[in-house]
Amino acid sequence: MEHYISLFVRAVFIENLALAFFLGMCTFIAVSKQVKTAFSLGIAVTFVLALSVPVNNLVYHNLLAPGALEWAGFPGTDLSFLGFITYIGVIAALVQIVEMFLDKYVPALYNALGIFLPLITVNCAIFGAVAFMVERDYNFGESVVFGLGSGIGWTLAITLMAAVSEKLKYADMPAGVRGLGSRFIMVGLMGLGFMSFSGVSL
Amino acid sequence: MASAKEMKSLVFGPVFANNPIALQVLGICSALAVTTKLDKALVMGIALTLVTAFSSMFISMIRNHIPSSVRIIVQMTIIASLVIVVDQVLKAFAYNVAKELSVFVGLIITNCIVMGRAEAYAMKSPPLMSFLDGIGNGLGYTVLLLIVAFIRELFGSGTLFGVEILPLVSAGGWYQPMGMMLIAPSAFIIIGLLIWILRTFRPEQVEKA
Repeated sequence: MEHYISLFVRAVFIENLALAFFLGMCTFIAVSKQVKTAFSLGIAVTFVLALSVPVNNLVYHNLLAPGALEWAGFPGTDLSFLGFITYIGVIAALVQIVEMFLDKYVPALYNALGIFLPLITVNCAIFGAVAFMVERDYNFGESVVFGLGSGIGWTLAITLMAAVSEKLKYADMPAGVRGLGSRFIMVGLMGLGFMSFSGVSL
Repeated sequence: MASAKEMKSLVFGPVFANNPIALQVLGICSALAVTTKLDKALVMGIALTLVTAFSSMFISMIRNHIPSSVRIIVQMTIIASLVIVVDQVLKAFAYNVAKELSVFVGLIITNCIVMGRAEAYAMKSPPLMSFLDGIGNGLGYTVLLLIVAFIRELFGSGTLFGVEILPLVSAGGWYQPMGMMLIAPSAFIIIGLLIWILRTFRPEQVEKA
């Protein structure tokens, strides 16, 4: 249990996908102008992350890993080179299913997430978390915790950033640094802040 | 057939005037984590340039046959296959760099530059022009990556491409390395400052307040 808690804390704070690995930055910078939209996007990303990391974990361990096809009578196969194309396919399919499910059963949430849902397929945070899961060789339980934790961490980062952006509108900055430039510098400073968690271990 | 001048502007336009990172906010996802060392940044830049150029070319070749409802999946499949090729080649011929780049080679798949060029340019242009457009945008990305990596490696560890430039205090020299340059947030701050410099010289890029 302690192992899972420590993994969760690490995924949320210390190895925050957005601030320590720069993943999902495109959406991060483009969307984080309003707290409300940023938060809904965060929820959507968390949802998809918490689903796609465990599912890809199952796919990897049962189909792609070296020797994984033993149950089907092919003990010597190693399909791990097909990894990338499989993961992205699984993610795209999952996003599609989530979208259709929400449209039918939770229309309020579907309308709130709007155009963000299909865009999540190409969000690097999802693919990055899946790739990290494979590289670090998490088992199924760990992958559930890691997926959920990194989603929450990402939501936290993007919501905080949107809150700062809202206030920055009123700052009188030199012309060149307005907008994009200031947002980059701000993310850098926030990343520095998050680095102070790096000594924490449970 | 397009003129030579048009081709030139396709290749060199994105490097400064219309840089994909600095102006269009594309592809920063994986860009900044690989900039602690110049050689990593260079490999990443070349990999991305090749993937963008060839994926744009292939997508442009079959653009009239792709039904628009499934075009994203088709583009993704082409891009993912190319990235697998790049990844396997890197693992075979530059294993150490491939190990250091870890998941970021795979992340080229979701790099917005590749998807962005496929969607915005390759879907409506002939193959050769799309290929050049891919090269140009890849170059723009590489140049920015190299500038950031140059600053980070020089001031962070006193070396360029692993060759000692500023002798470190720990090795008997005089230069005290800036540890901050080696951690993630410095890349953001450097890019922010670069954008500021770029926009000071090109006021037409400044955002309206």
